[in-house]
Amino acid sequence: VNDADRPARSDAVTMSPRRPAASVRALMIAVGVVVVAVFVVFPLAVTDPTATSIAVFTLAFMVATSAWNIFSGYSGYLALGHAVFFGCGGYAVALAARDWHVAGGWPVFALLPFGGLVAGLIAIPVGLIALRTRRHTFVVVTIAIFFIFQLAAFNLTFTGGTSGITLPFAPFSPANYNQPFYYVALIILVLTVIASWAVRRSRFGLQLLAIRDDEDRALGLGVRTRRVKLIAFTISAIPVGMVGGLYFYFVGQIYPQFGFDPLFDVSLALMGFLGGLGTLVGPLLGALVLEALQQYLTQSVSGNGTYLIAYGVLFLAVILVMPRGIVPGVSDWFERRRVKAAQSTAAEHDANVARSVAGAAR
Amino acid sequence: MSSTALLEAIVDGVLTGGVYALMAAGLTLIFGVMDIINIAQGVMVVLGAYLSYELSVHLGIGLLPGLLITVPVMFALGVAIEFCFMRRLREQDRTQMSILVTYAVAIVIEGILTAIFGVDYHQLQASYVNSSVHVFGFYLPYIYLIGFGLAVALLIGLYYTLYRTKFGRAVRASLQNRTAADLIGIDVNRVRTISVGIGVAVTAVGGMVFGATNAFNPNTGYDLISRLLAIVILGGMGSIGGAMAAAIFLLVINDVVAVAWSPTWAPLVYFAALVLILSLRPQGLFGRAAVRAQ
Repeated sequence: VNDADRPARSDAVTMSPRRPAASVRALMIAVGVVVVAVFVVFPLAVTDPTATSIAVFTLAFMVATSAWNIFSGYSGYLALGHAVFFGCGGYAVALAARDWHVAGGWPVFALLPFGGLVAGLIAIPVGLIALRTRRHTFVVVTIAIFFIFQLAAFNLTFTGGTSGITLPFAPFSPANYNQPFYYVALIILVLTVIASWAVRRSRFGLQLLAIRDDEDRALGLGVRTRRVKLIAFTISAIPVGMVGGLYFYFVGQIYPQFGFDPLFDVSLALMGFLGGLGTLVGPLLGALVLEALQQYLTQSVSGNGTYLIAYGVLFLAVILVMPRGIVPGVSDWFERRRVKAAQSTAAEHDANVARSVAGAAR
Repeated sequence: MSSTALLEAIVDGVLTGGVYALMAAGLTLIFGVMDIINIAQGVMVVLGAYLSYELSVHLGIGLLPGLLITVPVMFALGVAIEFCFMRRLREQDRTQMSILVTYAVAIVIEGILTAIFGVDYHQLQASYVNSSVHVFGFYLPYIYLIGFGLAVALLIGLYYTLYRTKFGRAVRASLQNRTAADLIGIDVNRVRTISVGIGVAVTAVGGMVFGATNAFNPNTGYDLISRLLAIVILGGMGSIGGAMAAAIFLLVINDVVAVAWSPTWAPLVYFAALVLILSLRPQGLFGRAAVRAQ
């Protein structure tokens, strides 16, 4: 009896995190439904325009970080140039609205997929060049490509140069001006999370994770690493382009300094990192916490560098306390507790067996 | 374009390239010994410039004598950052983590500078900043020559320290193989701390020259770090000679394009050259094929 159930028990301990029990899964689904419901109801319950505009910015960053994570989180390649896709999506929507004389309001939202398409098309050559390199060289090449785009936006004529482009005015009622932006952003977010989840669960996602763990071995095992990386890079660019269009439509104009912002590049990394790279929920959580906090700090203590100091110190503290991010940190903690509990029941079981064996022998 | 203008662009490129080489040498030294990419190097240069500014404006200490104060201060800052943050990163994902940690440090420094000095542009002033010498038919500000001279002297000093002293041998041993260096009795942690201190201390000199030749505000660090990263990656991470060659190469390209075509497009050519070379030679000009397993 003793030998037969021992391996099964240790299996239960090591395998369970991959296949959560039905009750845990039900709980996760319930939590997910509640969270989605809170997001849907939020702008109806909170009508303060400051709060809802922070919410729109936060949703935009949740989309961008989640999309960034599809490439950088799963493949382990730290891309610091996704502002290229954010800015290109924004410029694509702004230029399309200007040149095709699109009326302000809902029609501009119909241009967002076009922004995503442009970002995706730009991602292909960018990825072909940048993905020839690895590790820190890749990081620097993405930064360099980012600066090329920023300089082009400054100096080309059709981008409007330094003064940029004004997007059409959205004729929404002032009381609920932020609501349409909020819900469109929420729809893009849901689509992005579904895409991220689908990638994570697919064979393609496993190939990406294999590249993260050991690229040469993955290549040796038959993963077409270049193709897989390029596809993931392109997929991750599309939502960033769409939400870039939304973001600059919400702000009302786009100019190079803002459209191609180096802080955006690093923000995505910080947010993804804070939440937990390569997890589904982590980047969402990281963006939710950091962007909301940053917006709040900028609006409440503007003018001097105080918010920068607060932001930097908080960020340092998180890295040093939770080096793998919130989601892996918390799940590690739960895992340790579970293992400890399992070990103590196992020890109890062993003690019972020993007692009964001793009793039988007597 | 006249040949004088071209010559002037090349001379300018070489002279400013020397200063960039010094700042980049610090960056590449820190990477070499610790596998850490110090994103804060750019804002540290700006911090060095502000320190020189404070000393010269409020205490009346000239830019050159001021270095006797700013260099040790920046060295101490480097040692403190290494001790507080860098050595706490785990080996296996140290490079990626270091980008985030040093970026956070950069944000904090930028915030402190913004809180104290605001976002207005400053520039360092001295007699030798505004006067120039007439050579080859054009005027060359003395500060370019002083900066280049300082940079070359310090680079030679750095080279000598690394290749001709016992400490330098310890640095290079830790750079090649941490475990083996540990085994033969080198105090790797101490070597690392001092190396980071040196890597950061050079920004005091770089900052003084940069601040005298360019207007700066707390935000300038981002433009600088992107250029410095381009230089060290192009030169091959961990290679000081490579950083020098790449700095001069890129700055000459930048200045020649600025004269021959347009100053607004010059940085674009700078980054395009980088991307082009790296896509043909991912390890950089002088880098080893794979720097090391991470």
